[in-house]
Amino acid sequence: MAAKVSVKSKNGSVRRAIVVGGGLGGLMTVIKLCEAGIPVDIISLVPVKRSHSVCAQGGINASVNLKGEGDSPAIHMEETILGGDFLANQPPVKGMAEAAPGIVYMLDRMGVPFNRTPEGNLDFRRFGGTLFHRTAFSGATTGQQLMYALDEQVRRYETLDVQDERGVTIPGEKMVRKFEFFDLADLIMDDNGVVRGVIAQDLKTSKMHVFRGDAVCLATGGAGMVFGRSTNSVINTGSASAVAYRRGAMFANAEFIQVHPTAIPGPDKLRLISESVRGEGGRVWVPRDRKDKRAGRDIPEKERYYFLEERYPAYKNLVPRDIASREIFRTVVHEGYQCLPGVRSVYLDVSHLASTESSKHALKNKLGGVLEIYEKFAGEDPYTNPMQIFPAVHYSMGGLWVDFETDSHNSLKIGASRNASTNLPGLFATGEADYQYHGANRLGANSLLSCIYGGMVTGPSMATWREETNGSAFDLSSDLFDKAEKRATEEYTALLARTGSEYSENAFKIHDELAEDMLLKCTVERKNDELTGLVQKIDELKVRLKKAAVLDTTPTGKMNQPAVFLRHMRGMLDLAEVIAKGALARDENRGAHYKPVFDSDRDEAKDHPEGGKGRDDKNWLKTTRATFTEDGAKFDYEPVDISLVVPRARVYKQKSMAAAVGSIGATTETTEKKDDAHAPA
Amino acid sequence: MAEKTVTLRIKRGVADEASTWEEFSVALQPNANVISCLMDIRKNPVTKDGKTTTPVAWDAACLEEVCGSCTVVINGRARQACSTMIAGPHGIAPNGETITVEPMSKFPRVRDLVVDRSRMFDALKRIRGWVQIDGSHELGAGPRVSASDQEIMYTLSRCMTCGCCVESCPNYNDHSPFIGPFAISLVRMYNMHPSGKMQAGERLDSIMSDGGIADCGKAQNCVKVCPKEIPLIESIAVMGRETLKRALFGWLLK
Ligand SMILES: Cc1cc2nc3c(=O)[nH]c(=O)nc-3n(C[C@H](O)[C@H](O)[C@H](O)COP(=O)(O)OP(=O)(O)OC[C@H]3O[C@@H](n4cnc5c(N)ncnc54)[C@H](O)[C@@H]3O)c2cc1C
Ligand code: SF4
Ligand code: SF4
Repeated sequence: MAAKVSVKSKNGSVRRAIVVGGGLGGLMTVIKLCEAGIPVDIISLVPVKRSHSVCAQGGINASVNLKGEGDSPAIHMEETILGGDFLANQPPVKGMAEAAPGIVYMLDRMGVPFNRTPEGNLDFRRFGGTLFHRTAFSGATTGQQLMYALDEQVRRYETLDVQDERGVTIPGEKMVRKFEFFDLADLIMDDNGVVRGVIAQDLKTSKMHVFRGDAVCLATGGAGMVFGRSTNSVINTGSASAVAYRRGAMFANAEFIQVHPTAIPGPDKLRLISESVRGEGGRVWVPRDRKDKRAGRDIPEKERYYFLEERYPAYKNLVPRDIASREIFRTVVHEGYQCLPGVRSVYLDVSHLASTESSKHALKNKLGGVLEIYEKFAGEDPYTNPMQIFPAVHYSMGGLWVDFETDSHNSLKIGASRNASTNLPGLFATGEADYQYHGANRLGANSLLSCIYGGMVTGPSMATWREETNGSAFDLSSDLFDKAEKRATEEYTALLARTGSEYSENAFKIHDELAEDMLLKCTVERKNDELTGLVQKIDELKVRLKKAAVLDTTPTGKMNQPAVFLRHMRGMLDLAEVIAKGALARDENRGAHYKPVFDSDRDEAKDHPEGGKGRDDKNWLKTTRATFTEDGAKFDYEPVDISLVVPRARVYKQKSMAAAVGSIGATTETTEKKDDAHAPA
Repeated sequence: MAEKTVTLRIKRGVADEASTWEEFSVALQPNANVISCLMDIRKNPVTKDGKTTTPVAWDAACLEEVCGSCTVVINGRARQACSTMIAGPHGIAPNGETITVEPMSKFPRVRDLVVDRSRMFDALKRIRGWVQIDGSHELGAGPRVSASDQEIMYTLSRCMTCGCCVESCPNYNDHSPFIGPFAISLVRMYNMHPSGKMQAGERLDSIMSDGGIADCGKAQNCVKVCPKEIPLIESIAVMGRETLKRALFGWLLK
């Protein structure tokens, strides 16, 4: 790394970087910044320890090959790229797969209580889209355990003093300051368009605060709330991404929304039942008799239709998520199978794995956390009853567009300031908030990995940017910041005045309406006429939102959730528009994006030699990018960097990896690629 | 048939201003829980007697009892609002009984059901709640751990800083500096870890001073309300022995 620049700005202030969001992506970025000697302000909606990352159940991928199966980072990369239907730029995926074993070891050193083998080594389980045991796990609450490990390391930095270049302590300044219960309200940009800080609202007092920062990162997670009920935490409105999008940051591949095959239906949330349940041997089935009224446990084996196993003999219940969700949808919605007449769901069964006390104990050790959720929220014991589940919106493959820079091995060049950089200079994005690693469909247990790897890339990138950039935000005149604060305060105050008869709408009901349409028209199966209607509906809701009453006129100085929700709702509508328009435009099938009209023949790859069912590489092997304008989103498309793995049909009926393994060495070694090959055409 | 409803009686107010109680009647949906009822109230903020009011402020994130956000006092007991089911086998009001919901009393109230639990996070700083590593760069595999030790550490590590234990603890309040059972239990966890052990002494010291383990009156309320079934009393006993050893022989054991 280049020589360190001063911790202090010319006028003697401590030069801090800002990380908005304290999930895995954000916290890893913070750790890397601190290790580079850069003090950080963390801004987060909730105490960072409560970030959405705690929800992750199943585990984190790394081809450590501790089971002696011949797994390797090259295969991990290949399977990730194939799983994403070739839409991911390949060098970042390579970097991630190569770094994965080191990341799991680092987490292990931090004290994550990963499950162990009898010899005391890390244990690994299977996940979707691979035949290898590649997923390290900590019971069935892996995300929580990883979060706590990073949270603890960051807490240590909260206690450490900032030191100047000579090692002299700067009194009163800690390496990390946390601003929790703060909501990102705006970016502050100078006359040259460089992001110099943010405005965030203290949710406890509703006051706007200015944060100056020499490099700003958004690690604010996904946007499941656009769909109302999902497997996401209720704070995942995507509002922070939407704030950046309104300020000019491009949003990429928004139409790729992962629908997870297995969740518990509920009135407030669709709670996930992790893929690890299938990784440990759980089976998906429906009664063969569509009118069967017996409870699941009473239906004999031969009267059960294990449709995933029958249709995908090699990968069985562990086909990638997009495929599993479509098959469940097809089986229930189109073919009329279901758990019980009138109950739109399928069985996910682990009861055969818990037939003895000792096998039950073993199962509890590995899956207790998830099965507990079923027990608590569905009110039935999953050790003896097959669970009733249905697909649910789960993950945003898309996100803020970010750049990258490759090294001579076509991997990421760590420390280059282009990495993780949005198109707004000085603004970086990482974690689920970016679009970088998963293409058109994310493989299970790759997200925790991409978040942490993302942080490992983003921290050094921001550190370099801070050295390269012209002057410090802390030396700029306060004018710029005062103005931004004034504007944000005025905007908020205007919201509080939204009462009286002309404000007849309720933003929470608008949210319900949006969600209903998004779920119906923009998830597993998409049709152009419905998407056209959806785009119109979103426009209508945008107009109606302007008429939404504030519901609570409590003045600044006190907490006011409904007023803040108006900002989040505006953001959700912006993102919904980008998702729906992106989906409407993309006339093909790829990963999670699926239009039945392009799937005349359900036999994968038969009639589309260059891809899967209806994939169109000639016209659509490209990244969608949306830019905000007052008249709605404008789109352009960017070629995908496919310099490492040649696109091919995405088939999961047979074991296809053996053949693939042979070809990886060749592709990674021989392909030369210039740094700018992925730059916009 | 008339729609089945449930009544929520909610304690409201801002910071240390006076509190009021409001009652809301909510239609009972399948698999409803206290959060889904609060969501309904937000969409239609009208009290049971027809008065339009402000939506109730509440804190929540994951809705699957793993983030710890939504702890409130329901019918007198601290628990997560999301996993408190209304009807069904674990339901608290299967016949539409009135449910009382209050904010936790041991923390400063922000508004309605939202409180500020910073004190708990400060306790984690005080106990030096981390495994000290040399850096996040690659240093090879971590230490080996037996499956049985992993099982104990994992159990302890599920503490989600939710506050139920301290809400129920008679010795935790604003005129005592007691750090609370969850923090003591976490010291046990870090001190078990093969590298965490290397700073075991510092952590023991942190719970041997004012507000430390000696402030626990062994009332055992905490363990009964912990939603993650963390063996808090066992942890307090183990740490009691460890701190005693250190007090007696600390200078010998280094
Ligand atoms: C139920 C479930 C299970 C999963 N299981 C797995 C798994 O087993 N393996 C796997 O690899 N992946 C899994 N995933 C996916 C994975 O958990 C997430 O993609 C990942 O945790 C996202 O982390 P993040 O750091 O990007 O963001 P998050 O953890 O979502 O954190 C976002 C942060 O940003 C803050 N923030 C958000 N908006 C604002 C704002 N407006 N202002 C200020 N701060 C803001 C939040 O407070 C939070 O701190 C799962 C996801 C779900 C929903
Ligand atoms: S045992 Fe009693 S006094 Fe001690 S921490 Fe638990 S509730 Fe508090
Ligand atoms: S010990 Fe249990 S009750 Fe106490 S904070 Fe942790 S999870 Fe909550």
